[in-house]
Amino acid sequence: MSEPNFILSVSPHIRTSESVKRVMWFTVFTLLFPAAGAVYFFGFYPILVMLVSAATAVVVEAIFLKLRGRDVSQCLDGSAVITGILLALTLPPRFPLWEAALGSAFAIVFAKQFFGGIGQNIFNPALIGRAFLMAAFPVDGTTWVPTRLMAPDTFTGATPLATFKFMKVLTPYKDLFFGNVSGSMGETSALLLIIGGLILILKGYVDFRLPLSYIASVFFFGGIMWLINPAKYPDPLFHILSGGLMLGAFYMITDMVTSPITSKGRVIYGIFAGFFVVLIRLFSGYPEGVMFSILIMNTIRPWIDRLTEPRILGEVRR
Amino acid sequence: MAKYTFPGGIHPPYHKVTTGKAIERLQVPSALFIPLCQHTGKPAKPLVKRGDDVKKGQKIAEADGFISANIHAPTSGKIRTIIEHPHPVLLTSSPVIVIEPDGKDEWFEEPAERANWQESSPEDIVSAVKEAGIVGLGGAAFPTHVKLSPPKDKPIDTVIINGAECEPFLTADDRILQERAKEVLLGAYLIKKALGAGRVIVAIEDNKPEAAGKVSEVIGEFDGFELKIVKTKYPEGAEKQLIKALTKREVPRGGLPMDVKCLVQNVQTALAIYEAVRYGKPLIERVLTLSGDGARGAGNYLVRIGTKFLDVIEMTGGMEEKVVKVINGGPMMGIAQYTLDVPVIKGTSGILLFTHKTAKKFEEYNCIRCSKCVDVCPMGLLPLMLVEYVKAGRYFDAKEKYGLLDCIECGSCAYACPSKINHVQWIKYGKQELRRAS
Repeated sequence: MSEPNFILSVSPHIRTSESVKRVMWFTVFTLLFPAAGAVYFFGFYPILVMLVSAATAVVVEAIFLKLRGRDVSQCLDGSAVITGILLALTLPPRFPLWEAALGSAFAIVFAKQFFGGIGQNIFNPALIGRAFLMAAFPVDGTTWVPTRLMAPDTFTGATPLATFKFMKVLTPYKDLFFGNVSGSMGETSALLLIIGGLILILKGYVDFRLPLSYIASVFFFGGIMWLINPAKYPDPLFHILSGGLMLGAFYMITDMVTSPITSKGRVIYGIFAGFFVVLIRLFSGYPEGVMFSILIMNTIRPWIDRLTEPRILGEVRR
Repeated sequence: MAKYTFPGGIHPPYHKVTTGKAIERLQVPSALFIPLCQHTGKPAKPLVKRGDDVKKGQKIAEADGFISANIHAPTSGKIRTIIEHPHPVLLTSSPVIVIEPDGKDEWFEEPAERANWQESSPEDIVSAVKEAGIVGLGGAAFPTHVKLSPPKDKPIDTVIINGAECEPFLTADDRILQERAKEVLLGAYLIKKALGAGRVIVAIEDNKPEAAGKVSEVIGEFDGFELKIVKTKYPEGAEKQLIKALTKREVPRGGLPMDVKCLVQNVQTALAIYEAVRYGKPLIERVLTLSGDGARGAGNYLVRIGTKFLDVIEMTGGMEEKVVKVINGGPMMGIAQYTLDVPVIKGTSGILLFTHKTAKKFEEYNCIRCSKCVDVCPMGLLPLMLVEYVKAGRYFDAKEKYGLLDCIECGSCAYACPSKINHVQWIKYGKQELRRAS
């Protein structure tokens, strides 16, 4: 019998069928739910924003992979597409395309590639892109439109959070839940985001502790403030259904790369992030605090990891 | 029945396709290649030279020091030579005694029941085990007489008979329990006696109902014995995990099971102890599982030590053309082989033949910090951090901060990793560099 060349490798010799590509592209698939909502409520223009943003992310990633001497095919691993689509979902429904492209490029270059590419970034790239656009184009970033289901004469100058913050008018829960409110194109429908998020949780790609602790924390801290002064502060249910909380809870804070690696750490992370959401919403000049809450938590993530290192079997801790 | 388990772990596909295949005895091949080192510790010293005639069961190499083991001729024949030959675990060539069988298979001393064997003293049991050259047959191959002789200040109260067999594909222990449960328990009885332990726990995963059924039929005859069904999860059969699952005790970091008054012995080791003490039979053969999608004769076989993998394969119907990987042991912790000339040794629990369908090559991708490795680590380690530190050459920090030396190399992290990072390879490398530095 001739001696074949056997594969030599260190154990284990069997591996899970999961791969980074599969995780990423499956996440893209679940983003179709909020994306469909964007189209349903705001028409076809949001598709263009998403396509432009995602395509820019991929192209810019390819260029920088090439410049860094890395495998260019990495640009199609799905992670850049997620960044592009997520960024688009956080933008107003009529956001200019070239500005979206700029934000997407900024996110990939400054928040991802400069840190060393996938897995190395400290901040959530999509949120860095969003923060950049907010600073660069403050007017376009806050120009809202009514949904297609609203009466043509609906007053549309503000999102539910802003309406409450500046006019003390509450939006009905039903509209908040289904998404018939003005706001960023992908954040309005809590329902669609919950569907996408639940699929990710069931698939094992998202640890339920992150969205749960985050949402519960906003509910808790929002609720305390509401109990203190119901006339001045919105109720906790309004808090969790409005703004970008659901999008942030299921798609942003859950970013594997920038969230803690231990279960305990994820709970702490979510609770603190929720605290910051309420703090910013109620006591800052901004109506919304989701973006900043997660970016702030990104900075202290390594510290949370350190504090929550699991106990090694047989280790005695004082 | 309550099911015991440990935190972490994985659920790989089990492929226990040979659980229904009765143990078959394989013939003696045309030549046996018997390594002098088949155990943890010093290699044995040969007692024979080229041209000598030996009989089956004759001691051909003796233990060199306490942590070493005797080796016996698996059949009768002539010593052809003592040469360097490929080894399935050491992965370099190592000295082997080559026996050319004479076909008579004549015993040096026919195993015969010893009078009052059940009343053997602890010393008698340990010396019979030592004489028989028994080592841990689960794969680690640690000399059993050493385990049975704990220091005076480390009394053992619990003997665990490990029938978890959590490695996918392997069914040797499963079959032994199905066919010879009573003898395994008699072996356990002798272990208990040797150590003066109060209780024996037989642990079987819940995917082996036949084996558990056979054990529960006879376990009532033994005082202080209990059968505990553990959850089917890898690595349930790892020593520290099994102790934790069954007794809630944790072996201290860097410690041994005896530090928590436990001793774990594999099913087949218990059987070998029984045969050594009752009949004076040396360890010259073992049951192994031949399996994998490349094996035509998948099954459980009683094989003489020293039989080449190639002979095992040919005697069982051959292998598929497209076999690209050959493993000594299970798929999670076994060792990939570069040649079929390696012999079956005492620790060979299985021979797996994989075609390209099962044995895939993977490229490592960037870690995306998904922390699947953290979730599955049965030791509570952070495998991603260990890899990061080892890659950066920070071996000492990996040990001090992240417990590099606590890793049992079970491979759960690498199995679960979507980036296909070879955690075990990096960790082994880090440990090696650490040894080199100190």
